[in-house]
Amino acid sequence: MKKAIKFMLNGDPVETLADTNVTMTDFLRRDMHLTGTKRGCEEGECGACTILLDRRPVASCLMLATEAEGHEIVTIEGIMEDGKLHPVQRQFVEKWALQCGFCTPGMIISAVALLEENPSPTEAEIRDAIAGNLCRCTGYAKIVEAIGAAAESLSRKVA
Amino acid sequence: MTMPSFDFVAAKSLDQAAEMAVSLGGKCQIMAGGTDVMPLLRDRLIRPELVVSLREIPGLDKIEFKPGEGLRIGALATLDQIQASPAVRDNLPAVAEAAHYVASKQIRCKGTMAGNICNASPSADTACILIVMGAKILTTKREIQIGDFFKGVKKTCLEPGELVREIFVPELKSGEGSGYLKHAVRKAMDLAIIGVASWVRMDGQKIADCRMAFGGAGVTPLRALQAEKHLKGKTYSEALLEEAAVLAAADAKPISDVRASAEYRSDMIRVYAKRSFKRALETLRS
Ligand SMILES: Cc1cc2nc3c(=O)[nH]c(=O)nc-3n(C[C@H](O)[C@H](O)[C@H](O)COP(=O)(O)OP(=O)(O)OC[C@H]3O[C@@H](n4cnc5c(N)ncnc54)[C@H](O)[C@@H]3O)c2cc1C
Ligand code: FES
Ligand code: FES
Repeated sequence: MKKAIKFMLNGDPVETLADTNVTMTDFLRRDMHLTGTKRGCEEGECGACTILLDRRPVASCLMLATEAEGHEIVTIEGIMEDGKLHPVQRQFVEKWALQCGFCTPGMIISAVALLEENPSPTEAEIRDAIAGNLCRCTGYAKIVEAIGAAAESLSRKVA
Repeated sequence: MTMPSFDFVAAKSLDQAAEMAVSLGGKCQIMAGGTDVMPLLRDRLIRPELVVSLREIPGLDKIEFKPGEGLRIGALATLDQIQASPAVRDNLPAVAEAAHYVASKQIRCKGTMAGNICNASPSADTACILIVMGAKILTTKREIQIGDFFKGVKKTCLEPGELVREIFVPELKSGEGSGYLKHAVRKAMDLAIIGVASWVRMDGQKIADCRMAFGGAGVTPLRALQAEKHLKGKTYSEALLEEAAVLAAADAKPISDVRASAEYRSDMIRVYAKRSFKRALETLRS
């Protein structure tokens, strides 16, 4: 069964048909050809599929594509600003906050959402914000460092 | 992941959703944040013909505090909105803390408190604090005392097609405090091994009234009635609390599973009964 949906995807309007029983993760990867959003556990545990729904981080594996109707979706592909890496992305590169990279899109989405809500988070607040994003490689220390550095660079930009 | 085929509709009002649920019965699945429903759909544990989303119903996500009365939490307010709301944090901090205990940011940004209690998991993190606060559940049909709400694992007293509109939590009055503490293996993203909530009204050093409830040690969240009885009307002391905590553990009917053994659960109820009661004492309203 398919349903017509209209929503904003990474800043552009989209009007298309979506299967009623498809998750947002699969819809983005298969129908929208946006494969940055990863498919991990598919049960809300790992955070690899994190996207922004109306600027809030959600697990796209626990969302139906049809729920996007009338809403704004941002994926990792929509995080760059004016063709430049977002400060969170840049700091992930500079601080070596990734190894295999599978968790990275979800981590970055969670971090971007955190900094929009709380521009100067403590380390505990950073760790709380990414508690739903699992990483098998880095041990998290570099990720926490990168998010802290991004917060600093963003606050310098505003000042 | 392919899920079984079903139709999807975003309800325009709670009454419309309730009508569909009544007329279609078991073929209709009501969904709010979907954080419990989606895994069930995926694992084919439910096979509805129609999924009815409540998310687009206007006005159901309100969080309002009225001094002299209490807090009204709309059925679609997300756990994230509840834990971040100044109205909740300032007036009923333990409710904000319980909401924050659920899963992760990603789950809280979609999951609701109404969904958390309607799903009726014995370890639902928001259940115990609502029980000790004497919350009321306002549905499409009636008002339900939270103490009558839970009927078993995944079972509530809601009738077919009866939907939750709002959760009402009475305010803390002068001399009253409450707390909820959860014990889990991981701090985040882990169902509680057990959780204990306490509410207390102090009259100087005397415990004028109190309520205690625990989750994860029975088919529903349960009141620790023996412990409450032991505490009421007495002067507070560490020794008295220890005696009550032992009684709370005796009230529990825990099971052994992958998370913990029954013995461990009972003992953790003893420990967390004390901690949550102390937390309630720390947060007494002046
Ligand atoms: C990875 C993961 C970790 C989790 N960790 C925790 C945890 O630590 N602690 C915890 O307590 N929970 C946890 N949960 C469970 C879950 O997130 C909560 O139970 C959530 O609050 C449910 O809300 P929802 O809006 O998503 O409900 P849904 O999934 O939409 O619905 C749940 C049930 O409630 C019914 N329902 C929803 N709204 C209404 C309404 N207004 N009226 C009548 N019925 C309604 C639905 O029909 C369904 O049966 C976890 C879930 C996941 C996926
Ligand atoms: S794939 Fe969605 S949380 Fe793991
Ligand atoms: S970098 Fe490999 S999972 Fe995080």
